[in-house]
Amino acid sequence: MSARVGIVLFPGTNCELDVTEAIGSIGGESRILWHGDADLSGVDAIVIPGGFAHGDYLRPGAIARFSPVMTAVSEFAANGGPVIGICNGFQVLTESGLLPGALQKNAGLKFRCGMARIRVASTRSALTRSATVGDVLSIPINHFEGNYTCDDRTLALLRDEDRIAFSYVDNPNGSTGDIAGISNEAGNVVGLMPHPERACNPLLGSDDGRVLLTSLVGSARAAAV
Amino acid sequence: MPFAVTVHVELRPGIADPQGATIERSLPALGFGGVEGVRVGKLLRFTVDAIDEAAARAEVDDMCARFLTNPVIEDATVIIEALP
Repeated sequence: MSARVGIVLFPGTNCELDVTEAIGSIGGESRILWHGDADLSGVDAIVIPGGFAHGDYLRPGAIARFSPVMTAVSEFAANGGPVIGICNGFQVLTESGLLPGALQKNAGLKFRCGMARIRVASTRSALTRSATVGDVLSIPINHFEGNYTCDDRTLALLRDEDRIAFSYVDNPNGSTGDIAGISNEAGNVVGLMPHPERACNPLLGSDDGRVLLTSLVGSARAAAV
Repeated sequence: MPFAVTVHVELRPGIADPQGATIERSLPALGFGGVEGVRVGKLLRFTVDAIDEAAARAEVDDMCARFLTNPVIEDATVIIEALP
């Protein structure tokens, strides 16, 4: 059975076509979902891509969480549907309360743009089920506010419940616990700062993102059955 | 009646402040010594119409909790003054 991935488009999102192309390159189907529509058009998984939703005004993700589509996304997530937030999408998920913690300005106030090496720390998330724990992937990062911040209690909880999906090999932004990506308790909601959709073709310097998007499409198919 | 509202948004104690740290490190280069504990926040000003000050405060507290701050990392201090 074919599964479709919905890609949420806010005003200011700028990675929706990269995600569309990357999902197509691994044989998946996708469609764009406008943020003003509260209807998810029956998709089997959701990606909230990178960019600057609503201009990042006030705080990244602070306004996006009130877009009509997010009510439907929260409901979809609560029913176990796979939801992935990449970069700005991760910020939207933390602001929405679908993932714990917050993303602050990078340590040293440096905008980080380049290839990052991240280690797969758990395979129980919808984005890592086809990967192997310990795999080191080269995935680009491109952010100013990717410094994952949470209190000690939340960090302990994330560790105890195996919810740290990825950690940086060389922490580029000051993130607590070298965290690059986390999941919710059930593993169906995942947020990460690196951009797997930009690492799906060797011509772009890495195709290490393919295993992650393959996991996502696999999760979508499982949800569709 | 109208109230003037000032909301100071600050990072909660213990939350690292990359902007404050960068400013603190830069000051000695400009010849300003002895500065410690720089914290950067934001200030919002607006007016709100409410039946009394308590109602205005309740409204602004709700705004802060749901929108103006991220309670995971930020605290708000609200100042409310009745306008003539």
